[in-house]
Amino acid sequence: MVATERFIGQPVLRKEDPDLLTGQARYIDDWTMPGMVWMAMVRPPYVHATIDGIDTSAAAALPGVVAVYTADDLGLGALPFVWPITEDIKVPVHHALSNDKIRFAGDAVAVVVAETREQAVDAAETVAVRATELPAVTDLEAAAADGAPLIHEDLGTNVTVHWVHGGGGDQGVFDTAPVIVTERYVQPRLIPNAIEPRGCLAYGVQSMGEYTLVSSTQIPHIVKVTLSGVTGIPEQSLRVIAPDVGGGFGSKLNVYAEEALALGIAKKLGRPVKWIEERGENYVATIHGRGVLHDVTLAADEDGKLLGMKFVELADMGAYYQLLTPGIPELGGWVYMGPYDPQAYWYEFRGVVTNTTPTDAYRGAGRPEATYVVERGMDALARKVGKDPAEIRRINLHPPFDEATPFICGLSVDSGNFEPLLDKALELVGYDAMRAEQQARRDRGDAKQLGIGLSTYIEMCGLAPSNILGALRYAAGGWDGATIECLPLGEVILKTGTSPHGQGHETSWAQIVADGLGVDPDKVTVLHGDTMITPLGMDTYGSRSLSVGGVAIHFAMEKVKEKARTIAAHELEVAEDDLEWSDGSFRVKGAPEKARTIPEVALSAWHAHALPDGVEPSLHATAVYDPKNFTWPSGAHACVVEVDTETGRTEIVKYVAVDDCGTVINPMIVEGQVHGGVAQGVAEALYEEAIYDEAGNLMTSSMTQYLIPSAVEIPRMITDNSQETPSSTNPLGVKGIGEAGTIASPPAVINAVVDAVSHLGVTEVGKPASPERVWRAIREARGGEGGSA
Amino acid sequence: MTHVSLTVNGEQHEADVEPRTLLVYFLREDLGLTGTNVGCDTSSCGACTVHLDGESVKSCTVLAVQADGREVTTIEAMATDGELSPLQDAFHRHHGLQCGYCTPGMIMAASSFLKENPAPTEEEVREALEGNLCRCTGYQNIVESILDAAGQPSGARA
Amino acid sequence: MIPAPFDYARAGSLDEAISLLGSNEDAKVLAGGHSLLPAMRLRIARPAMLVDIGRLSDLSYVREDGDRIAIGALTRHHDVANSEALEAGCPIVAYTAGQIGDPQVRHMGTIGGSVAHGDPASDLPSVLLALDAEFVAQGPGGSRTIAAGDFFTSLFETALASNEVLTEIRVPKTTGGWSYLKFQRRAQDWAVVGVAAVRSNGSVHVGLTNMGFTPIRASGVEAAVAGGADPAAAAAHADEGTSPPSDSFGSEEYRRELAKVLVRRALEEAMA
Repeated sequence: MVATERFIGQPVLRKEDPDLLTGQARYIDDWTMPGMVWMAMVRPPYVHATIDGIDTSAAAALPGVVAVYTADDLGLGALPFVWPITEDIKVPVHHALSNDKIRFAGDAVAVVVAETREQAVDAAETVAVRATELPAVTDLEAAAADGAPLIHEDLGTNVTVHWVHGGGGDQGVFDTAPVIVTERYVQPRLIPNAIEPRGCLAYGVQSMGEYTLVSSTQIPHIVKVTLSGVTGIPEQSLRVIAPDVGGGFGSKLNVYAEEALALGIAKKLGRPVKWIEERGENYVATIHGRGVLHDVTLAADEDGKLLGMKFVELADMGAYYQLLTPGIPELGGWVYMGPYDPQAYWYEFRGVVTNTTPTDAYRGAGRPEATYVVERGMDALARKVGKDPAEIRRINLHPPFDEATPFICGLSVDSGNFEPLLDKALELVGYDAMRAEQQARRDRGDAKQLGIGLSTYIEMCGLAPSNILGALRYAAGGWDGATIECLPLGEVILKTGTSPHGQGHETSWAQIVADGLGVDPDKVTVLHGDTMITPLGMDTYGSRSLSVGGVAIHFAMEKVKEKARTIAAHELEVAEDDLEWSDGSFRVKGAPEKARTIPEVALSAWHAHALPDGVEPSLHATAVYDPKNFTWPSGAHACVVEVDTETGRTEIVKYVAVDDCGTVINPMIVEGQVHGGVAQGVAEALYEEAIYDEAGNLMTSSMTQYLIPSAVEIPRMITDNSQETPSSTNPLGVKGIGEAGTIASPPAVINAVVDAVSHLGVTEVGKPASPERVWRAIREARGGEGGSA
Repeated sequence: MTHVSLTVNGEQHEADVEPRTLLVYFLREDLGLTGTNVGCDTSSCGACTVHLDGESVKSCTVLAVQADGREVTTIEAMATDGELSPLQDAFHRHHGLQCGYCTPGMIMAASSFLKENPAPTEEEVREALEGNLCRCTGYQNIVESILDAAGQPSGARA
Repeated sequence: MIPAPFDYARAGSLDEAISLLGSNEDAKVLAGGHSLLPAMRLRIARPAMLVDIGRLSDLSYVREDGDRIAIGALTRHHDVANSEALEAGCPIVAYTAGQIGDPQVRHMGTIGGSVAHGDPASDLPSVLLALDAEFVAQGPGGSRTIAAGDFFTSLFETALASNEVLTEIRVPKTTGGWSYLKFQRRAQDWAVVGVAAVRSNGSVHVGLTNMGFTPIRASGVEAAVAGGADPAAAAAHADEGTSPPSDSFGSEEYRRELAKVLVRRALEEAMA
């Protein structure tokens, strides 16, 4: 008999909320310590220059200034980069403080330490950087061109990496197919903008050589391993704590100069050192996302049935590699077939260094970039063969499957049933009625035209398994850990290796434990984000937390229950085989009133008065889970927009997100993840873009110019997560939902914008579809002056 | 240094501050009221929203000296005796928060707005939040929370 | 970021404010602070001294004054937006004040502070220009009245002397047709372009936001309307004499075209 699921699948309200709602949360800027000093970074006056000298004397003389350090003062090693994706990749050396050249606006050259925040900031302004300015290159193609200014002279080129997927199927179709679609799509850089800026506090005991770093990070475990190397603090003497973290979206999935510096300075001074990022710094010194250019070739037969899909990408690395930089496009390299079933596949990319902030994982990390060009390409194919965008997708969707099935990309997909998702999205959006309304407006020649956009997608989640990551030359594994401790009075402690920052793990994980052990979720305390308390972890990113860390909980519970069964059988004086797990207890088969609950067994295991021979006291267990495959969520999104053809302004009229993330643990949290993901994708499609001027300066350098949308701009969304195709990868059947919205929505929105004005001859509107871009596209199509902005 | 005397969450406080001290840092660092957060340098994100004489303001764009002699209310005063206010409770029940960083500002902006407009439409709620940015929720459940706290149906229209 | 250090003085009276301003040439007036403090936080503005006039509560009012409505310079945007006198007597001003920034900004920012900042992207200046408003300034030598057409002199520059304080803005009662169209990317943003159209005594006045170094009167449009042109024909003159900026919100070329579309729509609304 299977245990009844009382909590999995229920919208259990979040345990996290009370502190967050009442101002009792403890984000990094809320931490303070006696004797604490403040750190302020000295950012350079140029984006590309050779450093001739740094004069810190004026700063050092100011009141409250404790020290001013430049590159050679702290003895720090190079910052970590853990994904050398090819054997011949050229890797720029990246130090916390630069001593030879300035290569981007965030490339700090000195750090000021002072008694107060104000003194540190005031003093940092007075550090004089003498430098010889060099021509800056921020454009991807310009940086890749022959004769471009070199960002790293020692590498001899700005094209530092070339990764070739290797393809699949008969590459001849790209020449011989009856229908060939070629398109070029540009995706600008995005700035992640977690509303909490980064920050950290480092402290320790000099005489003991033990240090702690509290950091607003998604990855305390990875920070610990890598910064041990950078700072020389032995791993066993370094503790990393992620406190309440105010959002990440990939921007805190990194190891940053300031974290290394704070530890280095705490070690040197013996005082606690705090640094809080200003938003202006966040825009230049925290990673950016996207920044790619694709040439797309789709080969099809006359009916639009895909024969081959080929993608050649140029990807902006920024001035250095951060933790994963060139791995991000590679991660996308496995999903360019989308949910379709082509016979041939090709993907390759070149990574280019520029005088810009390093790029790295931003919500979706490679998969939004891939999905965008696939789904834009599908609409282009539909136009070419004269089919409706819904129909072109329908005829190309892969047939349903329950078990891991090889796809043309070379990986096996865990499970999928795509067509019902498309049907549901079309139904919810009212596809036929919208098409009729669109036609009516076109017939009337309205200034405001309607457009409908679709996106069907598949994504690869749960960065794992370790052996595949190893084959892909990633330096770490993809496993995660869970420890369950059943306390004598009925409480359960779960120590998870995931590190949530808004995703609600304390609640969802408690639901999994509650059902697995037959306890109430209120009795389950979830501990996370501290390498001393939960040493076995690989943290939170890539929609991996549930599909790896959550599944580890399942295996830890299996171990706990195995031991509990032994103790229960002993106490009930029956054979273990005579017990069954039913209704939250071990019960004697045929006599279910004879039973032991987990809390009862936990008490027995604690006092240990009468344990069976060979059984250790205490009911606890640890599992470390390494998945055998990735997980593959999928879905269909539909967007309806109204475009003002006179001003170019786009309003979203209706948005539908139908996603299949496998087993849903908490539908309320899943819906919230979709809402947030779609909002970020809508932002990407219509509003956000990092823009540089001719000299290489970031023009969109604050929240007044970088257009994060508000509640006014983001539409009400209709979500549906009712199709739960279980993953074949793990026993919970879970897949992941953190990034789906951001992956699916940008092409749905842009396809809708293009669709709204396609009758005017428009076939392409760049991203983001700003009013001016739309206006230019219309004007160009009407034969006016033009060029796209 | 300039002397200020102000009421914060019903308690009288006296302090000498540098004139350049922003109200948000006075609240956080001098009074230890760290529930009010700082998210930007440009009065854009609204994470720092508090009430000044009962109305929402961005405390990163108010000098502590400007609050002299006035009444400030922060997120710490919204719950009474451990009971969430109806607005806070609505955020909890509707999953109107994820990472929670924008949440105090959202609640302070919304509670000020509901005093001005106790029965708003969805559109009015959204417009009232134009100065508060959230990166996690896509706003939908924040809007639901506020409508619920006002006793308005989901998706209320004029 | 935190502003650079400065001296601070709170004025107990208008005379004291004027005297304090005269004592330090790098002194700036602090009203609500919502134009000045953001610039100071980025350290773009570094005044040596702030003269806080925020407590001069007798400068916060909206009152009828014959055929005009007088608005005290320290009246907050929120109070302008909710003024019954303005809603009845000059609704375009109340409406436009409600379009500024966001609710928190409107709870602190003042009409005088906004106008005296001289930002051509601000909403109210083009409205006040279209209304032929009057600006009352007080300096050491007493008070003077400045016509709207003379008030905005250049980018972030006005006719106010460094030791003068703007005390009142007077707008004519205008209950004919009107329109203020603010085209912005996000609700909280400045206008990419804004258009104010006001119909009064048979003529139409049109003001443009963010189409040059100052708010601008679209005199070509006004003349065309006076000459009997319909809105579409008149709007073709919208960008005459303008010098719109090119920035991340839009190119000069786009702003010129946008102005034409918005002027046409604003004229249609105002003349409906």
